[in-house]
Amino acid sequence: MAETGSRLLVADDNKVNRLLLSRSLELQGHRVACAENGRIALEMLRRESFDLLLLDMEMPEMTGFEVLEQLVADLQLRDLPVIVTSSLEGVAHVARCIELGADDYLPKPVNAVLLKARINSSLEKKRLRDQQKELVRRFATSEVADDLQRSGFSLGGKRVVGTVMFCDIRGFTSITEQQTPEETIELLNTFYTLMFDAITGCGGVVNQMVGDGLMSIFGAPLPLADPRGSAVRAAREMIELIELLNVEREAGGKAALRIGIGIATGDMIAGYTGTQSRATYTCIGDAVNLAARLEAHTKQAGRPILIDGDTAAGLGGAWVLEPLGSVQLKGKAAAVEVFAVAT
Amino acid sequence: MADTVIDAATFAELQDTAGGDFVGELVGTFLEEAPQMLAELRTAMAEASADRFRRAAHSLKSNSNTFGALRLGEMARVLELGGLVTDAAPLDALQAEYERVAAALQELSRG
Repeated sequence: MAETGSRLLVADDNKVNRLLLSRSLELQGHRVACAENGRIALEMLRRESFDLLLLDMEMPEMTGFEVLEQLVADLQLRDLPVIVTSSLEGVAHVARCIELGADDYLPKPVNAVLLKARINSSLEKKRLRDQQKELVRRFATSEVADDLQRSGFSLGGKRVVGTVMFCDIRGFTSITEQQTPEETIELLNTFYTLMFDAITGCGGVVNQMVGDGLMSIFGAPLPLADPRGSAVRAAREMIELIELLNVEREAGGKAALRIGIGIATGDMIAGYTGTQSRATYTCIGDAVNLAARLEAHTKQAGRPILIDGDTAAGLGGAWVLEPLGSVQLKGKAAAVEVFAVAT
Repeated sequence: MADTVIDAATFAELQDTAGGDFVGELVGTFLEEAPQMLAELRTAMAEASADRFRRAAHSLKSNSNTFGALRLGEMARVLELGGLVTDAAPLDALQAEYERVAAALQELSRG
């Protein structure tokens, strides 16, 4: 039985009720802790990890209703299954508990068979929810997963000022030709691990990985105080990490890796695009296109990090920049100011 | 049913699901806790604290029904839903019924 060994919290101010509920649950194979009122229950829930809460309503210091309200408002606890066990009378109370997010309502004295069925069903639902969350986390960034959890999924987006970064490996095709596919996968995994580390460490979000390249966003879904500076700092770290990797590769007789990074800042729409059943978090706007073009231009420019005028203007002299003047980029109607970040 | 102090079916079911020894201990706990609830009802009446009165009556009702003390449970329920009383008569009646329940529970858990 998958439910065996779940950890449950019983919140009830009445000692007989606490003992009896604990006993029933322990007989069902669960581990049980008890709280004498709502305040203590909340403290325990915030301190320790529980799979389910059995909640009495009529309690001193903090009632069950207040506990339910606090749980809904708490991102960490809002998914905790709650079964209300109460001898409060009237459908209105039951309805209020359900509205406040309780999974179920069992009148006291609690019937042991019913209790077992409700608990197993709630634990099973929790297990599925946890699995789903885990999947979302594996295929999206944790920021996007949190945003999804907070505001739910909807296509469309919101307007933000953000900084976009494109990065890819120079001459990747010739590298793949010199090694086995297994070595290429391993190299890509190392590359992505290092790049993710630098980007997320600076507050950015990697939202796309394509072949040997990636796109990341700074300033969405979560706002950043300084998206431009964060992106440039991440870019510098990425170059440093690649140089460290190259020391290892060259020692092993392998070709050095070179990357190009393009960064641009501007108004964009950040949100989900796709269909209701399959969608991706991304940004749409001129800056996205510009960052991609700048990344492509690193080859001709012979500089690993190129940024646009908006990003450069917002850096406030914190970085050494080399103005490359107005450049006519492919796909752009007008020439744009381009700067190289010293590495 | 109104004539029995403890509903035999309810008590037997409790013993069945939780175990006879455990129910013996649970009765012990109830006999320690219930006098405090009865005292709380009197204090709440004296201090005219409707919240405390309701909560104590609620607790007593809940525990009474657990053990099958249905009449005691019903008396406590009337107090819970009716709110503060100004006259001690219902509390005296409750006390008397509790004494009967306590004696019956002690008898049952020994047997």
